[in-house]
Amino acid sequence: MDIDLAFIWAGIIAFSVLAYVILDGFDLGVGILFPFFPEKHDRDVMMNSVAPVWDGNETWLVLGGGGLMAVFPLAYAIVMPALYAPIIAMLLGLIFRGVAFEYRWRTRRGEFLWNWAFAGGSILAAFSQGLALGALVQGIPVIGRAYAGSWWDWLTPFSIATGFAILIGYALLGSTWLVMKTTGALAEKARRIALRTCFATIAAMGVVSLWTPFLKPLYLERWFGWPTAIFSVIVPLLVLGCFVLLLTGIRGKRDAQPFLAALGLFVLGFAGIGISFYPFIVPTSVTIWDAAAPDDSLIFLLVGALILVPIILIYTGYAYWVFRGKVDPEEGYH
Amino acid sequence: MFENFDAALLARIQFAFTMSFHIIFPAFSIGLASYLAVLEALWLWKKDQVYLDLFNFWKTIFAVAFGMGVVSGIVMSYQFGTNWSVFSDKAGPVIGPLMGYEVLTAFFLEAGFLGVMLFGLNRVGPKLHFLATGMVALGTLISATWILAVNSWMQTPAGFGMNEAGQFVPLDWFEVIFNPSFPYRLVHMVLAAYLTTAFVVGAVGAFHLLENTAPRRSRTMFSMAMWMATIVAPIQIIAGDFHGLNTLEHQPAKIMAMEGHYDSHPDGAPLILFGIPNSAEKRVDYAVEIPKLSSLILKHDLNAPLAGLDSIPEDLHPPVGIVFWSFRVMVAVGFAMLGIGLWSLWSRYRGTLDSNDWLHRAAVLMGPAGFVAVLAGWITTEVGRQPYTVYGELLTAQSISPVEAPAVASSLIAFIIVYFFVFGAGTFYILRLMRRLPRDPLPDLDDGPIRTSGIMPGPAAGNIHTGNPKGSAGHGH
Ligand code: HDD
Ligand code: HEM
Ligand code: HEM
Repeated sequence: MDIDLAFIWAGIIAFSVLAYVILDGFDLGVGILFPFFPEKHDRDVMMNSVAPVWDGNETWLVLGGGGLMAVFPLAYAIVMPALYAPIIAMLLGLIFRGVAFEYRWRTRRGEFLWNWAFAGGSILAAFSQGLALGALVQGIPVIGRAYAGSWWDWLTPFSIATGFAILIGYALLGSTWLVMKTTGALAEKARRIALRTCFATIAAMGVVSLWTPFLKPLYLERWFGWPTAIFSVIVPLLVLGCFVLLLTGIRGKRDAQPFLAALGLFVLGFAGIGISFYPFIVPTSVTIWDAAAPDDSLIFLLVGALILVPIILIYTGYAYWVFRGKVDPEEGYH
Repeated sequence: MFENFDAALLARIQFAFTMSFHIIFPAFSIGLASYLAVLEALWLWKKDQVYLDLFNFWKTIFAVAFGMGVVSGIVMSYQFGTNWSVFSDKAGPVIGPLMGYEVLTAFFLEAGFLGVMLFGLNRVGPKLHFLATGMVALGTLISATWILAVNSWMQTPAGFGMNEAGQFVPLDWFEVIFNPSFPYRLVHMVLAAYLTTAFVVGAVGAFHLLENTAPRRSRTMFSMAMWMATIVAPIQIIAGDFHGLNTLEHQPAKIMAMEGHYDSHPDGAPLILFGIPNSAEKRVDYAVEIPKLSSLILKHDLNAPLAGLDSIPEDLHPPVGIVFWSFRVMVAVGFAMLGIGLWSLWSRYRGTLDSNDWLHRAAVLMGPAGFVAVLAGWITTEVGRQPYTVYGELLTAQSISPVEAPAVASSLIAFIIVYFFVFGAGTFYILRLMRRLPRDPLPDLDDGPIRTSGIMPGPAAGNIHTGNPKGSAGHGH
């Protein structure tokens, strides 16, 4: 029997992108919500709630990008130039918010600057990721082994819509994270924001989902053709389920339930996108098999990934466990 | 605007700019992570508060530097795709998996334990905390190993073939990783990182010795740093020499450029100490040279013939001027470091290590020396490799993405503005942290025995963590 290495790798890359989206999603979300919490004390707590883990969360992005270069080099070589501007904007956003974690504590006079850097960087990074997602879904023209479009192709009404969708979605993740990790008035306010962003997220998902099938005949066929149409029924039902859990969680003042339900929403959205364009990795020009590196490269890294990813999950889990529970407002080494 | 610029040139400037910023932080954090692990080990072992105080002092600085290393590194890993997509497509099957392993074995390890190291002493206790510190240090070293394997493979490619699509394909992973220049480069770079850190730590110690703010802690760190300089600087020079011999074997054109040898010397080549390379006329103007010494260094024989750039087609010459000068800067710094090391050894022997103001002033001056040498070294390496990205196999001009010049130009400008602002601010904060070494609490405790109680009068500057090895550490804000 032949093992389909490209398929396995597509799964691993998809996993690490998903891990990135939900993990960095909530800590970018905390940054996005910064402007709504003007009190210094609240901001300290918000930042401390993600400070020990943000670097690990962002590493999944490096795995997604670096892994893509290793196992689907052709896809990496086509997608990155096609998404040039959003990628650069994302990187710049990540720089501002990343350094803010340390700089913000290093100055009193300049603190406002790094508050802005944290919020602005998070917003820019999130929005650019949404733009990149939209630009990918709407399709990338390829000639030979290279991107064949121009440097503004990524900017369309659709990609702007996905930009806002991701921004809103991350805000939901961030607010439910705060509900889970904080106490008192801060948690109360986060809960109110979660309630609003949860409706906004559902609306955004709806808009993007209704729009997507009309971008490419392939998507239309996927959504309404047999047998994939089964998913077109199941996924929305599950989304509805998550939505209900989210609402009851927020209303019922549960700590963890809203966050978990919000994660569920993201997993479903991600699955929906996957269904739309699998087996293309550059829709709709290059499939995972076209883009795959030679078997030797795939096997070499696969051995490591199969051993190391579980270990990584264990010690990452340990790091989360060390910092479990509500954030102690008095804690932090600064 | 910018339509008339060459996208390839802009992309090269962008790569050199972002990489030069990036390497500054790893060069410091690789060394500092190991230093922190040593400090914590000493604290656990000797139970002497001074080590914990130093640990906490440097930990804060480490956190800032590490953050800058992470964000500038993420830029690097995406830049291969945005600006060098053809290179990525072709070389991805060989170097991609190595970078994949870097993420899996190093970046996750560092990131996973960094939080525990920075914030977790109270939560996990000293033993586990030490484990976390050790893991972070190990992570930085593993990271250096993989990325240097990648870079070395680009310099001296081995163990690969080509497929129909024009991609490099791995034939033998062992040969790919342990390519001819890898061991030399790894040793040289790790030593470089340790030296860089030693000189920064030494400068901070010397500064506070001059200011007399916290004699015990400044003395401890100055002494530790000077041991490091004394021992490692000579080793680094020897390692550099071996590195050069290896380069002569595999990348002779680079050595010709470093040496300024436009002409072949059939019977013994001179060592050009200084001069101004003149590529138009193919000679070094105003050269100060020592006859036959270059042959002696490179071939261990005064009369050995050495080929010059005239033996290589002109379109394959690396730029001579930059390589010639950057190499000399690095070597000069290396010898200056050796000088400081020997001087400190002499002072130590005379018993004046803590009181020799001139030594302290010199050490403060040499604080940034490691960064200068690291940058100069990398410029030598990278510019000397031109015009190839994969040496002898893939030209730089053929590696570039199909992006338009205005796109590259705008992103370059954005990077320049953001980097100077963000990393400028970071450097400022680091310098300020370095200056604020809290005073030693009580003069008579200076040489005093181990303190067992966990409570210490917190000074106003407030960066001290009190604590004892049982883990009842308190907090300063
Ligand atoms: C993994 C690969 C890798 C690594 C570790 C480095 N480089 Fe590099 N470097 C490249 C991969 C590369 C490259 C992609 O291959 C470039 C881009 C254009 C080129 O010619 O080579 C390059 C070019 C390049 C140039 C421009 C040379 C020229 O175009 O004339 C400079 C100045 C540097 N690099 C500097 C550095 C520094 C300071 C490094 C220290 C960390 C460094 N590089 C590490
Ligand atoms: C072009 C080549 C390079 C790329 C693509 C690259 C990529 C990266 C990335 C993505 C990170 C952030 C990892 C994280 O999220 O924690 C990083 C950090 C790091 N890099 Fe690089 N890097 C390169 C060159 C180098 C070199 C030459 C060295 C040293 C020899 C090095 C050593 C490190 C270390 C130790 C870190 C940890 C963070 C820090 O200490 O600053 N890197 N690099
Ligand atoms: C004084 C004696 C030294 C000699 C003879 C020497 C020699 C060399 C040579 C020949 C190269 C180019 C290697 C290549 O072609 O790839 C190089 C690169 C380099 N050097 Fe040195 N070096 C010396 C000191 C130092 C010092 C003191 C530092 C830093 C503290 C340093 C840091 C570097 C770095 C970072 C590189 C680029 C990475 C590499 O290719 O290894 N060197 N050195």
